[in-house]
Amino acid sequence: MSSAMRPSRPVNVLRWTLITVALVCAVGPVLYGVLLSLRPYSAVLLEPLDVVPGLSEIDLSSYVTAMKDESAGGFGLGRFVVNSLGVALATVVVSIVACIFGAYAVARLRYRGRRFTSGIILAVYLFPGIVLAVPKFVILSRLGLTRSLVGLLVIYVAATVPVALYMMRNYFLALPESVEEAALLDGCSLPTMLRKVVLPIALPGVVATAIYVFMIAWNEYFYALLFLVQDRSRWTAPLGLAQLTDFQVPVTVLLAGSIAVTVPVIVIFFLAQRYIVTGLTSGADK
Amino acid sequence: MRSSRWERLSRSQRENLNGQLLTGPTLLLLALVVLLPFVLVVIFGFSDTRLIDIPRLSPSTIEWTFENIADAWRSDAFWGALWTTVIYATLTTLGSIGVGMALALAMRRPFRGRGIVRALLLVPYVLPVIAAAMIWRTMLNPQYGIVNAIGMEYLGWQSPIGFLSTTSTDVAGLPVPVSLLVVVAFEIWKSFPLAFLFVTARLQNVPGGIEEAAALDGASRWQNLRHIILPQLRGVVLLLMLLRFIWSFQNFNDVYLLTEGAGGTQVMAIKVYTELVTRSDIGSAAAYGLLMSLILCVLLAGYVLLSRRKETL
Repeated sequence: MSSAMRPSRPVNVLRWTLITVALVCAVGPVLYGVLLSLRPYSAVLLEPLDVVPGLSEIDLSSYVTAMKDESAGGFGLGRFVVNSLGVALATVVVSIVACIFGAYAVARLRYRGRRFTSGIILAVYLFPGIVLAVPKFVILSRLGLTRSLVGLLVIYVAATVPVALYMMRNYFLALPESVEEAALLDGCSLPTMLRKVVLPIALPGVVATAIYVFMIAWNEYFYALLFLVQDRSRWTAPLGLAQLTDFQVPVTVLLAGSIAVTVPVIVIFFLAQRYIVTGLTSGADK
Repeated sequence: MRSSRWERLSRSQRENLNGQLLTGPTLLLLALVVLLPFVLVVIFGFSDTRLIDIPRLSPSTIEWTFENIADAWRSDAFWGALWTTVIYATLTTLGSIGVGMALALAMRRPFRGRGIVRALLLVPYVLPVIAAAMIWRTMLNPQYGIVNAIGMEYLGWQSPIGFLSTTSTDVAGLPVPVSLLVVVAFEIWKSFPLAFLFVTARLQNVPGGIEEAAALDGASRWQNLRHIILPQLRGVVLLLMLLRFIWSFQNFNDVYLLTEGAGGTQVMAIKVYTELVTRSDIGSAAAYGLLMSLILCVLLAGYVLLSRRKETL
């Protein structure tokens, strides 16, 4: 860039202030939560301003208490996490498998009803989901599924299908079409072509969608509250943690639980980083 | 011969058939999870149905009525919740996109460690809602929260502030809705990274040539920002505003996890929930949901008209 575009001093000061403040605001609360979860409860009550624990003060017992089963004197978060993991992973598998072909067809194939389907997908994506909460609750209680994790899975698949469709359609649209055409001309059948050509190239997009779907299911609280609040053994992690605030649970344990619930998300981002970064640039069109 | 008929079809006929075969299951699924519930919500909204009626519910036993909608329309609670929701959604939308855009512009020029700063700014977005809400609740707690501790120690507050349960307080003679502003701040905090990401991505695609040409022609930094960069961002910003508004308008989790609807934060989604669970009134809950989507449609239509008009100007 030319020197005329170099920012003036006041602009620069403003810019750095903004970045610093934003950084402190974004990371500060999380750091606060982590540090507090390492302190003994009594110390937090007595000295709320001493955020950083002394080395001798560090105490991991909050994590142990949070995760242990109720029968062992803990708060059962370990089981809530297992429940959540099961539902979230199942949601990802069902939702992605159910959408992948539809999304591809809408993005690529020329057939009657394509524009209609495309429009439907956008409309459904933008439709406020909370409006459908009432009928979904009624349908599932008629089916006798409101007291089970399977019912929750059905709801989560329903909630994530529009997002997954919309996202994967966009990814497929961005893929280079020439490779697919070449494969088809070489006599590949459509299913084989999808499996051997499209999916490998589209993998980063599919993984990104899967992560997004996982996050939705992992974070979901409303339906878990609506369906399972009476049934402690089936609580998901967000529901369990939120419910524990109503009991006399030490805040350090709640924070330890919150940090523990964040760990799977971090692990997934770490594992999938490769796919997210690789993106489309590694495509075969070069 | 399995494939003889298939092979007799032309390529476009095959593609047509394939397309319909592939989208069939998807459309069926959408019909089941979106269309069917939508039809039901309309039925419930116009019928007298309670939670205990569910096991015996059938088309013949439905009592049709317009009362749910009329009751909601007449009640102050509905208009109160609507007003709260509109304020909440508007402030959140403007705040999160404003902050995200300002940061994306501030970080446009490369500097050492920019990648790490970018990654760290995404932390609030990636953090699970429950963890975020728990940390905020702790920070704002009147007994051991750090915000009140700092306020009393250094800012001379007389007594701790109940940030999550104060409907309104006087600051210099003006009423300030404390809890509502806290949930707005929480939502801005949680969602600005998305706007930041989108605007950053868009900025990377702004062709450098125009700016250099403008600089050579003697354009100031401010002129460059106003006439070259901001117009390029218009599309992505409008899209972000639309999405954020829709999402905030129906937000339940983030508000409920912080306040459970206390302190004047009862937004529409929480109202739907309380009608359904506390009052076990399906008809009324459905009516609230229907009115909510109707209002959203009106607002969206207005938005589309407005953005069209701006384009023609």
